[in-house]
Amino acid sequence: MSKTRKFDTKVQHLKYKVLREVARHAWDGTLQDNLYEIPKTIVPGKEATMRCCVYKERAILEERIKIAMGGDKSNPNVIEVIDIACDECPVGGYEVTEACRGCLAHRCEDVCKRGAISFDEHQKAHIDKTKCVECGQCAKVCPYTAIANHKRPCINACKVKAIGMNEDFTAKIDNEKCISCGACVYQCPFGAITDKSFILDAIDFIKNSDCNRNYKVYAIVAPSISSQFTYAKLGQVITGIKELGFFTVVETALGADIVAYYESKELIEKGLLTSSCCPAFVTYIEQQFPDLKKYVSHNLSPMAALGKYIKETDPDAKVVFIGPCTAKKMEFQKPGVKPYIDCVLTFEELQALFDSKDIDITTLPEDVLDNASYFGRIFARSGGLSDAVAQGLKEHGSDFELKAVACDGIEACRVALLKLSKNLPVGNFIEGMACVGGCIGGAGCLTHGEKNKSEVDKYGEEAHEKTISDAIRVLNLKSDK
Amino acid sequence: MLIEICIGSSCHLKGSHDMIELFEKAIADNNLQNDVVLAGSFCMGCCSQEGVSVKIDDGEIFGVTKENFNDFFKTKVLDAV
Repeated sequence: MSKTRKFDTKVQHLKYKVLREVARHAWDGTLQDNLYEIPKTIVPGKEATMRCCVYKERAILEERIKIAMGGDKSNPNVIEVIDIACDECPVGGYEVTEACRGCLAHRCEDVCKRGAISFDEHQKAHIDKTKCVECGQCAKVCPYTAIANHKRPCINACKVKAIGMNEDFTAKIDNEKCISCGACVYQCPFGAITDKSFILDAIDFIKNSDCNRNYKVYAIVAPSISSQFTYAKLGQVITGIKELGFFTVVETALGADIVAYYESKELIEKGLLTSSCCPAFVTYIEQQFPDLKKYVSHNLSPMAALGKYIKETDPDAKVVFIGPCTAKKMEFQKPGVKPYIDCVLTFEELQALFDSKDIDITTLPEDVLDNASYFGRIFARSGGLSDAVAQGLKEHGSDFELKAVACDGIEACRVALLKLSKNLPVGNFIEGMACVGGCIGGAGCLTHGEKNKSEVDKYGEEAHEKTISDAIRVLNLKSDK
Repeated sequence: MLIEICIGSSCHLKGSHDMIELFEKAIADNNLQNDVVLAGSFCMGCCSQEGVSVKIDDGEIFGVTKENFNDFFKTKVLDAV
């Protein structure tokens, strides 16, 4: 592969190589025979480049292969720890490092409200861990940045505090708290936490369809796709998906239009709603704010709404969602969604699928993708759903006064939900997206660039349909109005 | 009679919903509401043919345009029901 792929990190690149090789053999039907060869293909020779030795590298790769093939079936969580890949990072919290020069100012001592800082005979600072509350003020004021926060990146990334430690110091996920958002997956510098892949299911659906003769395999793509695969044109990505063997490609944004249409109606009826699009946000409410479950919109997510519609038009269809999201891998297994969605892939996995068949999308002709409106498409970024609900209210001719609060990142969601639980004013529509920036910040994205939001807006503006009603009128839904 | 109108991307851009409106109007004008069911379908695999793909009772796929609509409706729908 001489072509440079756009991945944010080398961890993603490694994961991609595993997925690509697993997929390559799965297409050929030679996976079982080559399971032990794949690690040697990815790490050839005798020189270690990632770990202490090639043997450990290959042992970890074997674990990655298992996860690429669906992972531990006895673990219901789609996010899994590879214990031998975990570096058992330090967890000491704020600690004074060698950089402390034993200065006279002692700003650290002055700022510490807990009196946790003392000095030795060389005037070097020490933190009394029995008093320290990890507020980080001392680190902020030290002119030598001599106080470091030794916190595991996974624990830091996990805003729902679902990550702890096993007795052997490896990371451990509390499934009762995990919302499958994938933040830890993206942040672990050793790639020791990863999302299970359903790539083999997708390949099986395509292979067993006998070129879509036995049944048709539909790919439904999330609107954040517009910010991904930027080395090619979107139309080429669509052609590429069809080259893989999918019958056709439909915009999940059409499902978002359906949601916006009905969610705005539901809002008029109920007067107060929290959104149901983001499965990680919904799980968060269920786990941490069970009293607020009554406010969660009863609408399906855009993915499920579109899957449902496709299955109504074609009951034998297999529907594969391709998006930025690891939590969708959890959502599609829920009883209420299972009948509509057969498989979930990420953009990372789509890239691996292209390359497993040596499809260079940059050389393909451009196909078209146009099913949804501007409003359905901007669901991909924070604030888009709120804008779409405002538009929905307008199109229903309602004078309901929308007070939307768009929350991106689980911390922002938590603040809004706390207010709601304490009956403090927080508007009447809470848009909750677990990832910072909205879906474009999803853990399954190839890239998480600054420009992604503007790419989504641009894609939205290119939509043939300008209003939600225009987009969904093809679905004969208008009569329900 | 089941009339399926393609609402896949290609046909959508060629005017699927205008086609749906034409069908809805023609069905109403001819009082065929009880005889004809209109349905959407994502892609019939004829993306490159002229007009919007339309299929009647799992039969042949036709490319229907605004221009040939009246003719199509008369021969394939009115004469058949």
